Amino acid sequence: MSELWAWFVAAWAVCAKDLRSEFRTRYALSAIGLFAITTLTVISFALGPFGLEQDLLAALLWVVLFFAAMAGLSRVFVHEEESKTAPALRLAAPASAVYLGKYLFNLVLLLLLEVLIVPLFIVMMGLQVGNFGLFALVLLLGNLGLAGATTIIAAMVSQASARGALFTVLSFPLLLPLLISTIEGTRLTLAQAELASPWPSFQVLLAYAVAMVTVSLMLFPAIWTE
Amino acid sequence: MDRVRWTAIGKIALAVWMAVVIILAFLMPAQNLGSLGQAARVIFFHIPSAWVTVVAFMISSVFSILYLVKRRRVDDHRAVNASVLGVVFCILATVTGAIFATITWGSPWNWDPRETTIFFLLLFYAAYFVLRSAVADEERRAVFSGAYNVLGLVVVPFLVFIAPRLSVLAGLHPEPLINVRGELDMDWRALVIFLSSLAGFTGIFGWSYSLANRVSRLQDEILEQD
Repeated sequence: MSELWAWFVAAWAVCAKDLRSEFRTRYALSAIGLFAITTLTVISFALGPFGLEQDLLAALLWVVLFFAAMAGLSRVFVHEEESKTAPALRLAAPASAVYLGKYLFNLVLLLLLEVLIVPLFIVMMGLQVGNFGLFALVLLLGNLGLAGATTIIAAMVSQASARGALFTVLSFPLLLPLLISTIEGTRLTLAQAELASPWPSFQVLLAYAVAMVTVSLMLFPAIWTE
Repeated sequence: MDRVRWTAIGKIALAVWMAVVIILAFLMPAQNLGSLGQAARVIFFHIPSAWVTVVAFMISSVFSILYLVKRRRVDDHRAVNASVLGVVFCILATVTGAIFATITWGSPWNWDPRETTIFFLLLFYAAYFVLRSAVADEERRAVFSGAYNVLGLVVVPFLVFIAPRLSVLAGLHPEPLINVRGELDMDWRALVIFLSSLAGFTGIFGWSYSLANRVSRLQDEILEQD
């Protein structure tokens, strides 16, 4: 029991370290925040006075979030390799605890990103949310899956070359089912959606998140330890 | 001596078999193929290609898991060779499917569930090879691509079973292929040709796969002698 607790403490320590260093420099948050704002501005500007129908807006929201995620979520591991702190991290904590810590950090990053972007999106694009609780739930479940798939890819990419492009290329096929389900789920929580229930999408998203995190926890030690 | 003779006979038999299948596929009167007419001939080539690419993907995943557990180089070679052949058949399946879609429904691509799955497979294979080319160290390359293969395996059930249930993708076109190749509609002659084509394609895959594996093994032996 105390071993499990020590493991959680190690994972939390990794996450807290990243949060602390992030708070000091705000590097990753600025990168993905500004990227998302830029994307949103481009879209809004390109549309001009013309509106888009709500279904399209639901898809567009996830396009913006996806590309912002591609810009920023690989940083958790790439930064470690580039600043040569990765060997120290390997010694400091067991592999699965490192994974969990990095996963939690990516989750927080996504959460902060959405706190920034979603209100902006609603205001600038005229998204009409029907049920805010369910809307928030879709975002949360989507984050769980998004971070789940991308954290382990980030670990692989950090030890390879051509990191930026490689991260997007590797992540997109894995994220395809996630994107299908989140766009569908988001669409069904909007004000003008048909009366279909979004719960099937939620189940898929939760299953996806659980599956990806579980498989990542099993694969991560092989990738992380040299 | 016997073994060489048997494999030579087998190869020639396979060639003759496929030649007969192809000729019959085009000679078969179009009425027997159901309501789709001449376009339905594609099922003799499209479905076996799709079948082979899925089988290749499964084989590649199995050997990836074997490699991750046992760490034998030969398993990595088998996984890669299966992927190489898989991508060839995947391209074939996608192209023949697009031709059929253009003839039957007017546009080559519509993101219905089966099309999405085959596109995912194509993307996934491409990402797999990009990953392999981005990692310099041979052992790391094998571990990473093995892990990526396992991640892909986890994602496939979501695409195959769940995406079709979600309303956006499903309602577009009910695929007539499901009816044509199902139990009720296919004329017995067409069924015979179809099954023979399936066997022939599988035979071509099996033969190419064993060749590729032998080449890899020989390359390893040559490298070891240096």
